[in-house]
Amino acid sequence: MSECCDVVIVGAGPAGISAACILADHGVETIVLERGEFPGSKNMSGGVLYGHDLARIIPDFAERNCPIERNIVESRIWFTSKEGGYSLAYRDRIFEEQRRHNVFTVGRARFDRWFAEQAGQKGVLVVCGTVVTDLLKDESGKVRGVRTDREQGELEAKVVLLADGINSLLAAKTGFRPEPDPEHVALAVKEIIGLPEETISERFNVAPEDGVSIEILGSVTRGMNGVGVLYTNKNSLSLVIGGNLKDFARLRLKPYELIEDFKTHPMVAPLIKGGKPREYLAHWLPEGGYDHVPRLYGDGYLIAGDSGMLFNALHREGSNMAMVSGKIAAETIIQAIQKSDFSSESLGVYAQRLKDSFIMKDLKKYRRFPGFLQKHEDIFNTLPDSLSMAARDMLTVDGVDKKTKQSRSWKMIRSKTSRLRLLRILFNAWRSVK
Amino acid sequence: MHIVCCLKQVPDTADVKIDPETNTLVREGLESILNPYDLVAVEMAVRLKEKHGGRISALCMGPPQAQSVLRQAMSLGADAGILLSDRAFAGADTLATSYTLAQAVLILNRKTPVNLIICGKQAIDGDTAQTGPGLATRLDYTQLTYVTAVESFDPKNKLIRIKRRIEEGQEILEAELPALLTVELESARPRRASLPELIASMRKDIEVWDKKKIEGDANQLGIKGSPTWVRKMGAPPPRTSGPRFEAAKGLREAVDQSLDIIFADGFMAEELGIPTGVHHGKDSRGN
Ligand SMILES: Cc1cc2nc3c(=O)[nH]c(=O)nc-3n(C[C@H](O)[C@H](O)[C@H](O)COP(=O)(O)OP(=O)(O)OC[C@H]3O[C@@H](n4cnc5c(N)ncnc54)[C@H](O)[C@@H]3O)c2cc1C
Repeated sequence: MSECCDVVIVGAGPAGISAACILADHGVETIVLERGEFPGSKNMSGGVLYGHDLARIIPDFAERNCPIERNIVESRIWFTSKEGGYSLAYRDRIFEEQRRHNVFTVGRARFDRWFAEQAGQKGVLVVCGTVVTDLLKDESGKVRGVRTDREQGELEAKVVLLADGINSLLAAKTGFRPEPDPEHVALAVKEIIGLPEETISERFNVAPEDGVSIEILGSVTRGMNGVGVLYTNKNSLSLVIGGNLKDFARLRLKPYELIEDFKTHPMVAPLIKGGKPREYLAHWLPEGGYDHVPRLYGDGYLIAGDSGMLFNALHREGSNMAMVSGKIAAETIIQAIQKSDFSSESLGVYAQRLKDSFIMKDLKKYRRFPGFLQKHEDIFNTLPDSLSMAARDMLTVDGVDKKTKQSRSWKMIRSKTSRLRLLRILFNAWRSVK
Repeated sequence: MHIVCCLKQVPDTADVKIDPETNTLVREGLESILNPYDLVAVEMAVRLKEKHGGRISALCMGPPQAQSVLRQAMSLGADAGILLSDRAFAGADTLATSYTLAQAVLILNRKTPVNLIICGKQAIDGDTAQTGPGLATRLDYTQLTYVTAVESFDPKNKLIRIKRRIEEGQEILEAELPALLTVELESARPRRASLPELIASMRKDIEVWDKKKIEGDANQLGIKGSPTWVRKMGAPPPRTSGPRFEAAKGLREAVDQSLDIIFADGFMAEELGIPTGVHHGKDSRGN
């Protein structure tokens, strides 16, 4: 006879552990299966996390020694050309004081593990080093458990929650989710660069526990539809750069070349100077947006987090969507247990509740955004350089009057991107996020 | 039949750092694992249990987090996990560690007589290989180190036959029980726990024994009972490698050159049964 419990969760990432915590809070017997040797061993992200959503799972996370690297008090956006770029920064005291931990950085290896420990303390069994290889179904097709790669590896449950991330073998194998095509997946590489704590605080002009996040657009992705980021950790910096998988293939770019280049950019190089590379990672991200979210429930199962393509590419919000979808999935399961009804109709409440939450609202709001970026590659190749040239010309003091400079710049920009095209980009950009 | 396995939780990395002030390992920030040799010890115990029945107790001295290695042992087939944890145990060298373990074994022995203790050959963090022998000495058990295989085990007649590694080769010994083995990596390939066992091990309780429970003499415990003082630690000088021959440039030539060197060495030639001074002409290679 195989083992059984109330709920089996596949994946100990933010989605799976959030769900597990809520279930355990309600006395539901839950087992989480994780393929990594420990939670987080296989995971990466840019490293930004959101306090509001974490507090809905672990209200006193800060007191419970959550491994926070730095509290973000300043957000910068850069629009880069090859030789420089524009920078927009916003800092606010409120994030240093009252709204501390609104956004903060974490290392996923440490955070996921801490998060799983919290679940463990609530009575969840987090079983690591175990790969779920298939789902068990009964004659009617209802999911009734999972099969793992261990001996006597079947585990039965009333509900299975798939929280197995973008690399979901299961979703592809079971046909719950079509395998995403390259256009809707991004590949990101990350390097962690070690620097002394004080050096970081000094270079970014922040107090010891505070930090800065920088989102970087423009020529750093070498014409690819993508983005770079630089986040401050306690004694390291996270550099991430990535782009659409299709573009990687089209432009024949190698991820490691991309990040090596990124590190030499004149706005990046001084910030990482003297640092020691510590880790190098690569991961996928879902980028399809609203139109590529699969059906997230069925008889005996639910899907949460990246596995369900719940990711806001524009605001790099993935972990919070994972946490919140995990929480809503758990609440749905608790209701289903009360009714003893694990059918698709009963679990379908999940989809409705997601729709009413910020998750689907945001994804819907930005549904055109991935498509917008794909159709306007100017943003990544010609525009950064022309806009930079304009600024360069304007800032060079050389006896030429400003009016002449202005018209010269306009001409230069228009020679690369027509006026109509510029208008269209602006209009479509606004439409895609309005 | 009662087997006790002694386990240690160790940092898992090749990149160990040494605190220049205290000359001890910096354990912070390192992944902790069950010492690989001890994992083999558990596997060996489980195999003996499968054949002869009985019970396995896993024993570990360490901080509260070390209970994870006991769970691992239980997922593989140990029946009980006992964590020896007390501030008074901290900072122990091998003398104090073997004392603490011995006290615990004595208590276990009162309930179910212990026939065999299995330890790993050494811990990968300290590499002293002293704790096992120290424990055997304290308990007056037969001491069998560097074991590569258990040939036979006969608790009824209190006999065990093992193979062990010695400098020049192998040794087969028959000895009396109770005995303590320290095992080499090749002595048993650890299994992977089945899912039910893994889940069950996570649900089981770990007993925690403190200094009172083991009836320890405070002067022999932890840092107090540890006369060892690490004065200096350093890496051994890198070994100079022998001559190199570029096989890519010409395989035959490279082989010729290397054979020349071997045969020029009188001791080596003798070992190989080749009269010295005989040049390895074409004939010696059989063509
Ligand atoms: C480069 C990069 C930067 C990012 N930056 C940010 C950011 O700054 N902020 C943010 O909020 N989000 C960011 N994200 C997104 C964020 O990381 C994800 O959205 C989030 O981790 C999703 O959580 P999850 O629990 O759904 O999936 P995951 O975190 O991927 O967890 C899935 C877990 O399931 C396990 N698993 C998978 N398959 C199996 C199986 N068959 N059996 C057992 N276990 C299995 C995996 O090992 C993994 O632990 C970033 C992502 C990337 C790649």
